[in-house]
Amino acid sequence: MIDWGAIFSNAAVELISPTTAAYALAALGLAIHFGYTGLLNFGQAGFMAIGAYGYAISTLSFGFPVWASVLVGIGASVIFALILGIPTLRLRADYLAIVTIAAAEIVRLLFTTNTFEPLTGSANGLSGYKGGFAALNPIPPGTYGFGPFEYNAYDWWLRIVAWSVVVLACLFTWQIMRSPWGRVIKGIREDEDAVRALGKNVYFYKMQSLILGGVFGTIAGMIFVLPRAVVPSNYQTSLTFFVYAILLLGGAATILGPVIGSMVFWVLLSFFSGFIARAVEAGWLPFMSSIQAGQLRFILVGVAIMLIVIYRPQGIFGNKKELAFVK
Amino acid sequence: MSNNTVPTAKPVKTVDMHIGEAVPGCKKKDPILVVDGVSRTFGGLKAVDVEHLEIPRGAITALIGPNGAGKTTLFNLLTGFDKPDTGSWTFEGTPIGGVPAFKVARMGQVRTFQLTKALGLLTVMDNMLLGAKAQIGENLFRAILPFMWRKQEADNKVKALDLLAKFKLDAKKDDYAASLSGGQRKLLEMARALMSDPTLVMLDEPMAGVNPALTQSLLDHILGLKAEGMSVLFVEHDMHMVRHIADWVIVMAEGKVVAEGDPHEVMRNQAVIDAYLGQHHDEDLGEDPDAEKEHVGAIKELLDDEL
Amino acid sequence: MNNTYAVRKFKPRKLVLLLGLLLTALTFSTLGAGAAQADEINTDQYDYVIAGNVQFDGEPIEDVLISVEGSGYEAEVVTDADGKWRIGVPEKEAYTVTLDEDTLPKGVVVAKGGSTIDAEFGLTKVKSVNFFLGEGERTTVSFFDQFVNRFVNGLNFGLLLALAAIGMSLIFGTTGLSNFAHAEMITFGALATLTLSVTMGVPIWLAILVAIALSGALGWGLDAAIWKPLRKKGVGLIPLMIVSIGLSLALRYTFQLFYGGGTSQLPGSGMADMKFGPISLSWLDIGSMAISIVVLLAVSYFLLRTRIGKATRAVSDNPSLASASGIDVDGVIRIVWIVGGSLAGLSGVLWAYFRPGVSWDMGFQILLLVFAATTLGGLGTAFGALVGSIIVGLFVELSTLWLPSDLKYVGALVVLILVLLLRPQGILGRKERIG
Repeated sequence: MIDWGAIFSNAAVELISPTTAAYALAALGLAIHFGYTGLLNFGQAGFMAIGAYGYAISTLSFGFPVWASVLVGIGASVIFALILGIPTLRLRADYLAIVTIAAAEIVRLLFTTNTFEPLTGSANGLSGYKGGFAALNPIPPGTYGFGPFEYNAYDWWLRIVAWSVVVLACLFTWQIMRSPWGRVIKGIREDEDAVRALGKNVYFYKMQSLILGGVFGTIAGMIFVLPRAVVPSNYQTSLTFFVYAILLLGGAATILGPVIGSMVFWVLLSFFSGFIARAVEAGWLPFMSSIQAGQLRFILVGVAIMLIVIYRPQGIFGNKKELAFVK
Repeated sequence: MSNNTVPTAKPVKTVDMHIGEAVPGCKKKDPILVVDGVSRTFGGLKAVDVEHLEIPRGAITALIGPNGAGKTTLFNLLTGFDKPDTGSWTFEGTPIGGVPAFKVARMGQVRTFQLTKALGLLTVMDNMLLGAKAQIGENLFRAILPFMWRKQEADNKVKALDLLAKFKLDAKKDDYAASLSGGQRKLLEMARALMSDPTLVMLDEPMAGVNPALTQSLLDHILGLKAEGMSVLFVEHDMHMVRHIADWVIVMAEGKVVAEGDPHEVMRNQAVIDAYLGQHHDEDLGEDPDAEKEHVGAIKELLDDEL
Repeated sequence: MNNTYAVRKFKPRKLVLLLGLLLTALTFSTLGAGAAQADEINTDQYDYVIAGNVQFDGEPIEDVLISVEGSGYEAEVVTDADGKWRIGVPEKEAYTVTLDEDTLPKGVVVAKGGSTIDAEFGLTKVKSVNFFLGEGERTTVSFFDQFVNRFVNGLNFGLLLALAAIGMSLIFGTTGLSNFAHAEMITFGALATLTLSVTMGVPIWLAILVAIALSGALGWGLDAAIWKPLRKKGVGLIPLMIVSIGLSLALRYTFQLFYGGGTSQLPGSGMADMKFGPISLSWLDIGSMAISIVVLLAVSYFLLRTRIGKATRAVSDNPSLASASGIDVDGVIRIVWIVGGSLAGLSGVLWAYFRPGVSWDMGFQILLLVFAATTLGGLGTAFGALVGSIIVGLFVELSTLWLPSDLKYVGALVVLILVLLLRPQGILGRKERIG
């Protein structure tokens, strides 16, 4: 028989999981790039990898404190954004897409290669960098919570920090997007020549947007690795596509869209794979093995991306009139 | 074009702006824009090849010529949207060759586009506010501190409303620009350009695609710019309009300036008629099928004017 | 909670190098192991010691580089005049000990057991590790020979990339779509061949032909079912591109669902190499190159000489003008999808022999290289895609002369970025006219 309780509680757990927060933040960064500025950044996985490795390497190899490790990661992502932006932001939108996707792959390959094994741990990745973050935890040891949301002190600390960062990032984005700065950014999305003709340095604004969204991706990368280890194979192009799926689900030019999109995405995904896995166990789907059941969810994500773009391009929260697509 | 588009009051023409004969490249008494040796080729084809050109200050100058004469290319070059192969030019005495478009605009030389570039998914008001210069809140770090830019924003809104009222767009201020008609978008684009208090306004085919009911108000607005002390340079096909509001006309053909002068003088110039007829004769097969009709019409208008 | 603090010893030089590569993504540099300091290292610091003696025919060998690695610890040392070495290690754990064969004198190699030995401590605090050296020549190939060999390999790889890239470029040119699902069309060709030949026992040549036909049908089907309706709906190019990303994900995992995550071989794969001077090639490589060249010539003929090919180029150049001059744009696009699908399928089969192996994500592995090739040549120009592919193919193979092989794709991607920097319209692309 199917244990519905377990399926639902596993799905509910995703609602506030740090992974959900990390994806929400990465998607918010993409919202700045794609939804507001019209930049086609397909290298968000690269920014996330730089955050994860920047933090882990600073901590492990140099023994930096938490704040310094975070700053190293952010600094590295600013430099990465400059490298991506300087050659491509003057070119047509699709060039940025190709360059960012290539650069993210370069980053992943450099982190995977055996050449830098002492620093990066090559294909095995890195672990053991969480001590500094755990030491900052003011919550006394113990287990707190109710129902499916029962965690130890570290897990609560992680969730509180992760979601606080997401809330701050949302407030920040909301504020800048209703300011004159945000107006220029949205104008660039609509027609950059028109904005240029009004005396705005379009190149400079696009660069700011690329850096800002990239830094969000980098911080998301740090949150992403705090409940797990740093593994280079997590940062494949598919990661960027998943973040896009979340962004499109929520609405590309919205503040809350990425957050709600991430929650919906992870809850549904967990529910779906939980259900399929148990259905296979219970013999409801005799033609399928449990490994195959795990792959179904990726197919589902792919189909979902297609359907959203075709039938509801503004996402759940987007304004139908303010369709956030670059033309 | 029907007669009801002709304004009731005859505009005051600015005269006596040039020094010596009104020949191509002649000197002006008070030029705002001076162009020297500008050329631009596209794959072997010389799109623009201007030896010397001066645009007078405080007047309305029309840039006319058959299709493919290089008018829009010259516009793009002068505003920094394209880079020339050779040449230099000065705006208010400052050399601005090679200066990026946004800096040119900041110096007070703003332009509009042939295909209107209203920012569709921004409201009309936001379109207007985007035009304002030196905004404090356009800096990312100050953007997060609204108290720093709120006052300036409010002032800009007052100014924008004022302009919108003038252009009869104030009722639409909260609508998306995409919901406006073609003519209204032209008006919006012009009003937006005025938010920056320019000294030279460059309009690329301001009348193209505009509903005849709106042409009159557009003409009045262009005349209004001059009345407020701005200089205007515009590209146009509609000869009635050129004759009616332009103080000075520059004719281009095959990338070169072939004639200059007072609108009535210029239209009697043999080189101008040749330019239009010549273009008609060796027209490409791939060209716009409407072009021929348009040119025949233009020549008819020229000849009408002579009567 | 995981609180293990790993002890890491690393050379700052490598860090600088990592940053250098990361930040400029330009550095090509040889990554030799740094010289070790002494014949004893960290023996005072730690209680546990791994030690050994490098000798050949009773004679000690000096200056041989030994490295120890494990449990997050790493150290290296060179042997002294007596051939002895000692390395202190922090814990009583398992370590791997490696002897760098390049530092052995000429004519001496590690005879058996390999140059890497796993060492585990017994009851004592000292573990001795010795390598069995013997007489022998390490096969060293001259740089020139390696270069020629890689060059031919790169050409082969480039040609098979070109098959996929030309299809992608034609599709981009005629429809404006940057098709991410092209990767799955490549994979499909290989998977169809696998099913036909291995599962159903069809002779391989027939299996390949049928697979190519099926790939063409897939291209036609995708256009008819997805792309044509979306074009009619007036969906923008960037939404279309995102739809292709979704399609790519869905197809790829559908392949995995049916074929699993493993790698299978096509019949005849892994054929022995033959020697042609410095070049070692198998009949498969030669066949693959010959097929690529013949097909590419046929495609060129199609584009340059046939009516429909000319129409294709006209549509790429200016769709509305082409349509106005009576060309059936939809018909041309349909043919482009069929041709593009077939070419991708063929390139998938050749890629399966080149790798070698068939797997569910094999197309996705080279998708970026195909993109790089089309962009390098100039987006939407079919012959540019050919030139771009050859450059990418050569670069991937030749870069292994200097770069570690797990970084071979990095070089090609860096070149892509550099070319965009210097010549954004691509090698054969035309400069765009602004305004």
